[in-house]
Amino acid sequence: MTRRILALVVAALGIACACGRRDEAARPMIQNKGSDTMVNLAQAWAEEYREVDPDVAIAVTGGGSGTGIASIINGTVDVANASREIKPEEKEAARKSTGKDVVEHVVAFDALAIYVHAANPIPSISRGQLACVYAETGGCTKWTDLGVEVPGCSKQKIVRVGRQNNSGTYAYFREWVLGTRQDFKLGSLDMQGSKDVVDVVERTPCAIGYSGMGYRTPGVRVACVAGEEGDPCVEPTAETAATGKYPISRGLYMYTLGEPTGAVARFLAWVRSDAGQASVARLGYAPLPPERRTAPERRTGAP
Amino acid sequence: MTNPPGASGRLAKRAVLRARLGRAQELVIEAVIRLCGVSAVVFVFAIFFFVLREALPLLFGGLDLGQFFGSMEWYPDSLSNRRYGALALILGTLAVTGLAMVFAIPLGLGAAIPISEFSRGRTKEALKIVVELLAAIPSVVWGFIGLMILNPVIIDLFDAPIGLTVLNGAILLALMSVPIMVSIGEDALKAVPDTYREAAEAMGATRWQVVRRVLLPAARNGLLAAVLLGVGRAVGETMAVLMATGHAVTIPTGPLDSVRTITATIAAELGETARGSDHYRVLFVLGTLLFAITFVVNLTADLVIRGFRRR
Repeated sequence: MTRRILALVVAALGIACACGRRDEAARPMIQNKGSDTMVNLAQAWAEEYREVDPDVAIAVTGGGSGTGIASIINGTVDVANASREIKPEEKEAARKSTGKDVVEHVVAFDALAIYVHAANPIPSISRGQLACVYAETGGCTKWTDLGVEVPGCSKQKIVRVGRQNNSGTYAYFREWVLGTRQDFKLGSLDMQGSKDVVDVVERTPCAIGYSGMGYRTPGVRVACVAGEEGDPCVEPTAETAATGKYPISRGLYMYTLGEPTGAVARFLAWVRSDAGQASVARLGYAPLPPERRTAPERRTGAP
Repeated sequence: MTNPPGASGRLAKRAVLRARLGRAQELVIEAVIRLCGVSAVVFVFAIFFFVLREALPLLFGGLDLGQFFGSMEWYPDSLSNRRYGALALILGTLAVTGLAMVFAIPLGLGAAIPISEFSRGRTKEALKIVVELLAAIPSVVWGFIGLMILNPVIIDLFDAPIGLTVLNGAILLALMSVPIMVSIGEDALKAVPDTYREAAEAMGATRWQVVRRVLLPAARNGLLAAVLLGVGRAVGETMAVLMATGHAVTIPTGPLDSVRTITATIAAELGETARGSDHYRVLFVLGTLLFAITFVVNLTADLVIRGFRRR
């Protein structure tokens, strides 16, 4: 009896091994690495793409845009994710080390909306005003400092809502508002998720917060943002984010070595299709505008 | 009828065998139980060792302890000027725990007295079960209540700018540490011999006088231990305070300020720091500090309970 069970186990293991090996050989594996801002999005794409093309496996790792680009320079990944454009010297390094040009694919946009309570009457907010509110050295602590009076807000105190300091949103907003030399003022409410920021702002008349534009709810107001004092302000929409008119927006990129072929080309085409862009909106990023979806849009890496 | 000659011998042999087997079983069980007992000690030391091991390179290699304990500037990921000042986090933890105890001690011990002394039979059982149910609510649910329900209530009630405050966290922590206080407080009161109650009643004391003059002094150590274990529960709580206190690095000046606790900081930041970086290590230094605080609280509780047994 025991021997028979043992034999069965051995046989099962043998079959499992064989299957595993055959699968691995048959399934192309796409290595995808880079931006932490994009890691949720890339993971969602990888999961959904399994249904589209079950024969392709996609392995997603984070680590940051720099890590992703370093890997493409070394030729160790198929697709690198980055929430910034690749630098000319990085392109040069990639050409030297692999002999191929890096090709850029815009896959989505990341736009941060400035959320305030529904009762907040502020007409628009500029980068300078945001710096005054959020910077360590900024002096704006009351809504009256920004020229408005918020009904229902006790003592007109500005309650700053933000993200915990390892979030990509935190880093991007800090870079846009404060540059690299300054830090945020302490004492902001550091939320764990993009949605939490909007939830808190919705329930707090005094609050101001930043979060992905996809997290907008009917209960909050989205402020119109001006790049510099005096500039006309722009409302965040999929269109203004994609054209770069909206100031707090940036492209999210995927980079490949040379024009992609085979499984990678099919995957990137799907990412840029309506089906792939649906997850972009769901995860709080700004999708590509419809007219830029179908047309293959690539810039080759010639500097 | 007489037994066949070999039968009694066989029976005797079987009895001897059974006795031996029993003894062997006893030895095995004893060994297993001893292993369980020792394992708890091993685990505690192992946890402390591993937390400390990650903290040590920074602790003896560049962490400015004066800044760590004396400054509120917590900028672990600044691009231009990194600062690891944990004062606001330490004070935040103390403020939330302290205020929580202000609510929890009267509630917890207040509940232990009627459950132990003034109720009988079914009422007593029902009350105990309900109180213990409080302990079964997951902390993330408490946090959700703080974020969604208490936040607007506090804003309306106190005309505060924000409801995610020390007060909010303290109310949740109080409700979370009440069950442990009630359970242990009730045990402490039960441990007072009935002869004390009978003697007091024989002297003509009312029930209230019995409680106040006889039971509370007699059960003092046990009640103190109940409170300290409640404190330990509150200091270590993470998820609920992360959601309810606002998670803001400020030095609290009143119950309506937002704060950030040590536990919440570790939970929020450890997940995505690079292994081995200074930021990673300073979180382990915070962990060591937290371990030290809970260790001292629990040790005090233990010593107090021991005192109460000896008497």
